[in-house]
Amino acid sequence: MTVSLALVVCGGVVFAAGTALLLARSLSRIVIGMVTLGNGVNILLLATTGRAGDPPLLAPGTRVGRITDPLPQAMALTAIVITLALTAFLLSMAYRTWQLSGDDEVQDDLEDRRVALRGEYHALRRERYTAAARHRTGRGGGRDPLDRLRAEHQQSRERQRRLRRVERARRARAADLGGDLWDNVLGEDR
Amino acid sequence: MLPLLLLHLGLAACAGLLMRWLGRYAYVVLALGPAAAAAWAGGQWNTVTRGGAVTWTWEWIPDYRLDVALRLDALSCLMVLLAGGVGALVLLYCVRYFHPGEPRLGRFAGNLTAFAGAMLGLLLADDLILLYVFWELTTVFSFLLIGGNGERRRDRRSALQALVVTASGGLAMLVGFILLGESAGTYRISELVRHPPQPGATVTVAVLLALAGALSKSAVWPFSLWLPGAMVAPTPVSAYLHAAAMVKAGVYLTARLAPGFAGTDGWRPVVLVLGSATMLLGGWRALRLTDLKQLLAHGTVSQLGFLTVLMGAGHRDTALAGAAMTCAHALFKAPLFLVVGIVDHATGTRDLRRLSGVGRALPGVCAVAVLAGASMAGLPPLLGFAAKEAAFETLLYGDTADRWALAATVAGSVLTTAYTVRFLWGAFCRKRSSGGETLTTSVAPVARGFLAPAGVLALAGLVLGPAAGALDPLVSAYGRTLPPVAGESPYHLALWHGMGWALLLSAVAWAAGASLFPVRRRLITLQRGIAWPGAERAFGSLLLSLERISLQLTGSVQRGSISFYLGTALSVLIAAEAVVLALSGSWPRAVTPQGWDSLPQAVVALGVGVVAVLCLASRQRMKAVVLSGTAGYGTAGLFVLQGAPDLALTQFAVETVSLVVFVLVLRRLPPAFGELPTVRRQVTRAVVAVLSGVLVSGLIWLTASARVAEPTGPALVHAAEEEGVRNVVATTLVDMRAWDTMGESSVLGVAALGVTSLVFLRRRLIPASRVARYGQESGGGVWTVPDWQDRAGQDRYGSGGDAPERTWLAAGGTLAPERRSVVFEVVARLTFHPVLVLSLYLLLCAENAPGGGFTAGLVAGLALVVRYLAGGRFELAEAAPVDPGVLLGAGLLLLTGTALGGLVFGSHALDLGVHHGELPVIGSYHAAGSVLFDTGVYLLVLGVTLDIVRGLGSKIDHQWERAHERAARRPDGRGHDGGEAR
Repeated sequence: MTVSLALVVCGGVVFAAGTALLLARSLSRIVIGMVTLGNGVNILLLATTGRAGDPPLLAPGTRVGRITDPLPQAMALTAIVITLALTAFLLSMAYRTWQLSGDDEVQDDLEDRRVALRGEYHALRRERYTAAARHRTGRGGGRDPLDRLRAEHQQSRERQRRLRRVERARRARAADLGGDLWDNVLGEDR
Repeated sequence: MLPLLLLHLGLAACAGLLMRWLGRYAYVVLALGPAAAAAWAGGQWNTVTRGGAVTWTWEWIPDYRLDVALRLDALSCLMVLLAGGVGALVLLYCVRYFHPGEPRLGRFAGNLTAFAGAMLGLLLADDLILLYVFWELTTVFSFLLIGGNGERRRDRRSALQALVVTASGGLAMLVGFILLGESAGTYRISELVRHPPQPGATVTVAVLLALAGALSKSAVWPFSLWLPGAMVAPTPVSAYLHAAAMVKAGVYLTARLAPGFAGTDGWRPVVLVLGSATMLLGGWRALRLTDLKQLLAHGTVSQLGFLTVLMGAGHRDTALAGAAMTCAHALFKAPLFLVVGIVDHATGTRDLRRLSGVGRALPGVCAVAVLAGASMAGLPPLLGFAAKEAAFETLLYGDTADRWALAATVAGSVLTTAYTVRFLWGAFCRKRSSGGETLTTSVAPVARGFLAPAGVLALAGLVLGPAAGALDPLVSAYGRTLPPVAGESPYHLALWHGMGWALLLSAVAWAAGASLFPVRRRLITLQRGIAWPGAERAFGSLLLSLERISLQLTGSVQRGSISFYLGTALSVLIAAEAVVLALSGSWPRAVTPQGWDSLPQAVVALGVGVVAVLCLASRQRMKAVVLSGTAGYGTAGLFVLQGAPDLALTQFAVETVSLVVFVLVLRRLPPAFGELPTVRRQVTRAVVAVLSGVLVSGLIWLTASARVAEPTGPALVHAAEEEGVRNVVATTLVDMRAWDTMGESSVLGVAALGVTSLVFLRRRLIPASRVARYGQESGGGVWTVPDWQDRAGQDRYGSGGDAPERTWLAAGGTLAPERRSVVFEVVARLTFHPVLVLSLYLLLCAENAPGGGFTAGLVAGLALVVRYLAGGRFELAEAAPVDPGVLLGAGLLLLTGTALGGLVFGSHALDLGVHHGELPVIGSYHAAGSVLFDTGVYLLVLGVTLDIVRGLGSKIDHQWERAHERAARRPDGRGHDGGEAR
């Protein structure tokens, strides 16, 4: 079965562009990337029909032999519509993120970051423990990497706490715009 | 058999309620379950002693050869009698053991009863997988019972230890079971044992894995650490689970498999060596301990090693001795535990250094303990003596390995006698302190009912000693399933076999054991000297290093950046595919692809590719959106050129709607992307992206070249031709892929719900604010140009006075005057209804022309979008005065209704058939059920579009307006920084 090089290459390029957008941090870029990626996939899916042909409409006089394969089309069709729904969903997510934090960037997962730091901390602690058990001597010169890590871990927790504080303050300010504290207590009327 | 299991289940479920109604006397009711099981098993005595079996089978999952097969033969009858009898007595013991006011008694009772049920199931199961299920159930209940309330760290640690050890053994066992079942072609245990599969490496591995499960459950060395730890559980649990029932499960499994697999390579070395070592180690450690319960626990470990040796030796007579010993062990170890519980209650301690003179204060308790202890030490005329004689006698006439095992068991018996003496002395004798004066422990009186269960068990051991012959038919019936040692006449269980080697060995064991008592202090010193760090510490460091490794592994992969995760996933995908492609070697004779099908195709493809790259490079949000939309329209063009008009139509509609949605949302966001990635990051992303693009297009090319099967497409075309419909794609969607379409439609519905909940946050705008509410709501009109934003804009858009005088749209007047456009309003007015009619046409003609529910719904949605863009949110509410939720629901209802209707009226789900009829004006018509289905899709897609426009259009407008009003009310006029609606 032959495929059209133009379609395959075009699909690949669109797919790559979508992937690159998807790897960005801005949520709106990610959404655009999702749409672009979807287009690329649909083009590639369509490329599997082989040679271009007549539409699969059996009007009188159609030559059945020249009709393109309808199966990939049926598969791509629902994919297109679902992409729309996904786009809308992700966009509203981007909007909500912007509402809450002032930008639509995907932040690093602080919990994950803390797990990583804890892992390093324990690895170093173990290292130091075995080293100490082996030598039974005093520490060498320079700062102990364990202390450095501990400080880093502490800092990350501090940062997280600060972020949470800022977030709370931001929400409080947003609520304060209305001036009515009851909005805070009972929720806003709409 | 099944009613018994259900009885246990029911009792366990009702335990909490019973406890509330009857208080602690609920245990009497709960004891009915195990008692009934024991009574029923006793009723089958005649059948099973004749070598018969009671079976019951229900095909559970025939495709996997998985049956609920239950079977009661001699071995399981013996075990059910023990587990049921001891279980009932232990539950009765609980009545007095627990104080009435103790918390969570109901949960404890439920767990204990459920455990009894699981144990019963384990003993009756005749299917390997079913056995495994009950096996793990006992593990889980043991975990819950050891953990107790889970409040103390020590309890949790012990429970976890027991769970980890027994469950990992259980998992190994499961693997072994599956290997065994697959190599034998059956999972039925009785058949497996009768016709074992051909010996080979697989069977050896399988049997050894199953043994690992059995040995870990029975706390045989090196798995023995969990059993002493489990002693933190209340005494009834120790007596029942960790002496009489659960730990016997491993011995039971060994006994169950021995008839078929004792000859397998590795079986006898493993069983004999580990069993003997356990017997010696357990007994040796018991001599050092001061906690009575710990002492008994190590004694149990020792006895379990003994039982494993006997059951695993694989001869008829040793098996008989093993069965007898199992019975004897349950009858002496359970009462000893119960006695410890009584002593603990009466004196408040289990430490033998602090107990003194208890025997004189509690003579009844002491008598029961002496009776049970004598049986443990194997003194005549108790059952323990008869069983141990049988063990010595039968091991003596085996081969060399059996003789070595005999030596170990005799040495073990010496230790057994020694720790029995130590136990009885420690619990009941009077002791002198270092100063020389006699110590006395204050002892509270003990209710007679408290002692009765232990007394019954100990008396049973006494009665069954002289009457050992009565037990013989049962244990012989099991023994007969194994081959005898050549040239030996069958052994029969009896109290007295005359003078002989066995009696001599027993006498040696008593004498040597008793002689260890005077030197007990020196023994302890010696033990402390040679003790090595226990398995306890090894287990702890193993667990901790596992935790640490997992933390480090997680930390090294999961660093927090989501784009990094995505990049990692893609890189792994690319690398894996590349490796597979490189290694496969047998690259298909890839066909050189044709350059392009037609020149327009090449041009459009080039354009789409260029636009996509430009979109990637764009730093402005709107520019990126427009470029992405252009690429989308170009894609639609490619669809047309390829011969896919349905696809192209849908793509056009979708692209338009999503463009509008993008603009609606992005108008609130800053115009430029904020992110400025470093060069290194950009390069990495570009490399990953290019590689994945190359990978997917290369894969498409390769798979297309390698394709050998004929495409299904022509078959679809023929099917459509025979049906008499013309549009193959639309027909496929509602016919062959109807299930998929249904699932995908519900995905749409869920996405719409997601949008709504993210934007509306609290509740949907019910029939949206229509014009009537306009007056109360909006001051300056919808989309007013805020005065702070761009005063010059007023002139650009024309001032309010130039607003159109005629109203073309229902809510045109609600729009801010400077935003109105007569041309747009007229166009919206003129096109709205024709577009709706067009959408209906696309819906109804789907069989014959491009169209279908998806496209039609999108087109109708677009008509609403136009109304919104021309007249604002009030106009949208006028145009669609329905809640999108109603449309979504109606659509889904129609879809599922068609599916169910097909089930009722048609031949299968989703098949409503075709209705032919005659109408007065139109003439003959036919209506296919698929049109109804497509209408469901139409309504759903319309609902989704409406929801999106309403959420991302109207609602955002509304929020914006409110923010402006608030900003206007503020005296200092702050809040113009663009994020005013946060």
